[in-house]
Amino acid sequence: MISLYDELARRLRAHTPTALAVVIDGPNAGATLLVSPNQPTMGSLGDDELSRVAARDTLGELEAGRTSTRHYGPQGQTTPEDLADSPTVRVFIESFAPPPHMVIFGAVDFTSALARAAKLLGYRVTVCDARKVFATARRFPMADNIMVAWPDEVFAVHGDQLSQRDAVCILTHDPKFDVPAIQGALRTNVGYIGVMGSRKTHAKRLERLAEVGLRGDDLARVMSPIGLDIGARTPEETAISICGEIIARRTGRAAQSLSTTTGAIH
Amino acid sequence: MRDLLDDLDRWRAAGKRCVVGRVVGIEGSGPREAGAAMAVNEDGEVVGSVSGGCVEGAVVAEALEMLREKDSARVVTFGYSDDEAFAVGLTCGGTIHLFLQELTW
Repeated sequence: MISLYDELARRLRAHTPTALAVVIDGPNAGATLLVSPNQPTMGSLGDDELSRVAARDTLGELEAGRTSTRHYGPQGQTTPEDLADSPTVRVFIESFAPPPHMVIFGAVDFTSALARAAKLLGYRVTVCDARKVFATARRFPMADNIMVAWPDEVFAVHGDQLSQRDAVCILTHDPKFDVPAIQGALRTNVGYIGVMGSRKTHAKRLERLAEVGLRGDDLARVMSPIGLDIGARTPEETAISICGEIIARRTGRAAQSLSTTTGAIH
Repeated sequence: MRDLLDDLDRWRAAGKRCVVGRVVGIEGSGPREAGAAMAVNEDGEVVGSVSGGCVEGAVVAEALEMLREKDSARVVTFGYSDDEAFAVGLTCGGTIHLFLQELTW
């Protein structure tokens, strides 16, 4: 029989949403459950009812992408009355959400640096360009996936899955490509949309976007010019500026130096 | 734990016993979130991390003792504010709870 560890490794490598629940104290410390949506639960917490209740809660935590510790009675009791006179079992629930996804449009020098920085942050990276000679695994060995395709085709494949944790970065500088890429990205729930270009390019792009019916409110989600104002020049520095902006947008921070601010760091 | 898979696979293939330590709770300021993990094998090889480097040395010592004594899984706490705290703490002043377990499953 396949071990719990081997099954965990298999599910994580397949990017299957997965969670582990483990008893962390008491006589059954170390007893472990492996839970994924629509897949059989594996393992046991030492008591059938406790396993059943904890598996249900673990699925809920996984769906919310949360990692937490929960308290149960020895047979999975959860109400305060049931727990009042009984020892409690602490169960640590760890959610392994699939890695976030960064879709980069444009197979240019900046793409290579951004893809490397995104891998550092744990993203699954897809590089897309309609030009077969540029979008190659040889040029982007760090990418998880390379698509020789137009934006419509890319969003037809990945659009539905893009969520708040994901990012679309449009580095093409080419109106044939970046306008449909912006249109496509805006139709998804992706958390970050950034578009490269100088302020001049950006102004011209706004005109073209207006021509296809996108203006003001529609474009509030689009970060352009892309990145934080850290004076980045090289592709590598620009990649850091973009990743910094993605993190700051997610956390809602103003991206100042900590030395000039007060309050909690994390 | 995702980041440890390749090394854990290698150790298991080589028949090396190992302990996995996972952050299960943080109080106050802490550099890593719950779920951060490290692993130590019987040869003292270490992968992963659970703090900014403040407690890893102590975790290795605990893990090796656990392997040597065939201890059952347990929670260990590092920090200044806890009565049962070990002498090692986080420089940021927080308290970190780790679940240590030999990987036998």
